[in-house]
Amino acid sequence: MVLELKKARPVWQIMFSTHHTDVGLLYTVTGLAFLFMAGVLALMIRTHLFFPGQNFLISDSVTFNRIFTVHGLTMLFLFALPVANGIGNYLVPIMVRYKDMAYPKLNAVAFWMNPIGGALLWLGFSDTSWVSYAPYSVIRAPGPAADMMIFGLKILGISSILSSINFIVTIIKCKHPDLPLRRVPLFAWSMLTVSLMTIIAMPTYAAALIMLLTDRLGVSGFFNPSLGGDPIAYLHLFWFTFHPEVYIFLLPAIGMMYELIPRFSRKPLYSQGSGVFAFVMLGIIGFASWGHHMYSTGMDFTTKVVFMIGTLAAVPASGMHVFNFLATMWGGRIRFAAPMKFAVGGIALFFSAGAGGVLNSAMPLDFISHGTYWVVGHMHLFLTGTIAFGFVGMVYYMFPFITGRMYSEKLANVHFILMLWGTVQVFFTQHLLGLAGMARRIYDYPPEYTSWVELNQIATVGAWILGAGFVAFLANLLYYSSKGKEANMDDPFGLGGKYYYPYQAKNPHHASGY
Amino acid sequence: MGHDTAEWVFVGIVIAILFYVGVDSWIVQKEVEEVPADAEIVKVYGQQWFWSFEHADGTKEVNTLHLKQGHAYKFEIYGKDVMHSFNIPDYVVFEDVVPGHVNHAWFSPDQTGTFPIQCREYCGLLHYNMRGELVVEADKT
Repeated sequence: MVLELKKARPVWQIMFSTHHTDVGLLYTVTGLAFLFMAGVLALMIRTHLFFPGQNFLISDSVTFNRIFTVHGLTMLFLFALPVANGIGNYLVPIMVRYKDMAYPKLNAVAFWMNPIGGALLWLGFSDTSWVSYAPYSVIRAPGPAADMMIFGLKILGISSILSSINFIVTIIKCKHPDLPLRRVPLFAWSMLTVSLMTIIAMPTYAAALIMLLTDRLGVSGFFNPSLGGDPIAYLHLFWFTFHPEVYIFLLPAIGMMYELIPRFSRKPLYSQGSGVFAFVMLGIIGFASWGHHMYSTGMDFTTKVVFMIGTLAAVPASGMHVFNFLATMWGGRIRFAAPMKFAVGGIALFFSAGAGGVLNSAMPLDFISHGTYWVVGHMHLFLTGTIAFGFVGMVYYMFPFITGRMYSEKLANVHFILMLWGTVQVFFTQHLLGLAGMARRIYDYPPEYTSWVELNQIATVGAWILGAGFVAFLANLLYYSSKGKEANMDDPFGLGGKYYYPYQAKNPHHASGY
Repeated sequence: MGHDTAEWVFVGIVIAILFYVGVDSWIVQKEVEEVPADAEIVKVYGQQWFWSFEHADGTKEVNTLHLKQGHAYKFEIYGKDVMHSFNIPDYVVFEDVVPGHVNHAWFSPDQTGTFPIQCREYCGLLHYNMRGELVVEADKT
């Protein structure tokens, strides 16, 4: 297998390498490290909310506000983006049959901006919430924390623009001349789509961050109403970037499922064409729906209707992905190894998250759900239920190819059951909490709201179960990467036949192996 | 061909559901935003971290809002510092408090009793405690 890195090398050799598999490994490992760090913050939040009216675990609201801010920023910018880039770095050059990424040094630079940005976010520990709505982030957010967050996000934004340029050039310009673009595997298509989206969306947020910074320095008043600015402008700039960003987080996970599902169903993909079409559609329509985050800001009826239509229009394309997965599995000889379990679990949760999303976009229902725990549950069903499930499945799938060893299938099974159970228990319960009226981002709630107390406690227990699942994941990765039994590199998952690992196909650039 | 038909039918069903959701939301929202002509105006001020109210007759209240059952009220929502969200969950009254803007929401309480008022947009230190109370009294006149 071309991905094989069996020969042990000193860490610094990987760190200073610009080879796409090394940068991919760095991205993936960094992303997973931040996942565990932010996961600890999430468990602290949930554990604190177990008891109402008490300073349990987190003794003041400032700390609580800082924790949920850094949890959100880390999960999005330091887990979801880097892991997608990591797997992309591994697979995209192989899928388009090129020796490396188009710009290897730029690739390494883009990666090394991540730890720097991450350090700024974690050392600052800002309390603005991840959306940093003005004017709070301009006139009230304290001291260097918010400024460090702005600089950290700036660096991470530049990093994601650089890596997007790299992916676009690699896929469009460096692919093998015999390989038409429409035949490029769907994971590479997902990376191409999200890279183009990043190039379009991210500069807007970069501008908004600079405006936020100069506003904070007192030299401008873009978002400061007392200087003639308008906070709603920030919301538009922010969501113009971050609604497409939802798809930027999501599509690589869908692309990974496209890698896993046909392989473990031992059947060709149902339709390459409809997968490509659905990716491109989501990439375009993703830009037409940002206003649904702002229905309640005093938006007039017509604007709301336009954004509702834009939001609903994205749903059929997501549905096409689900259909494609199910039609591929239909009649296949499915082998439920860990990667397949996570992929299938991810599809089920993607479907439930999407169904909840349709309700959010409906204007009258949005006024019930917006800003409550419903939204927390909804977007975590996407982020944990779909994105993390896809990523984890892919990490299990890549594990033997990277380490040359097999993970423990039993432990992976424990991980899967705990993670699915935990995800359902926390995030479905949070939907109910939202319907019961609990606002998000609150440090404490009145003990006399007994239904809130019960639901919060159910959700917290679910979070512990989810956390236990991730402990099993960590143990599996750490222990079996050095102690696991040697993988059969021709067919580590026992699928029977090389046919099922298509990118083992001859690649002249990788023939010498690694 | 059989495969294609299945996919088109699937996508068709999805689009039909979305069409229903869209049209129904349009109709309901149109109705919800229709403010009755006799609605009494109540000014709502949101600031870190409490609510103040001013009735049409000039009486002012802080954190507790007294209204009469069966009357329609239109809130004029003003922000003084950062963004908040004025929310009465039991009556689905929900509109952001944006400094520099005046936002509107209306409702007509049909039951007496006390109902919580809360802030639903993160506004800093005591966001969690930016709570008020709506007291709906029977109309004796």
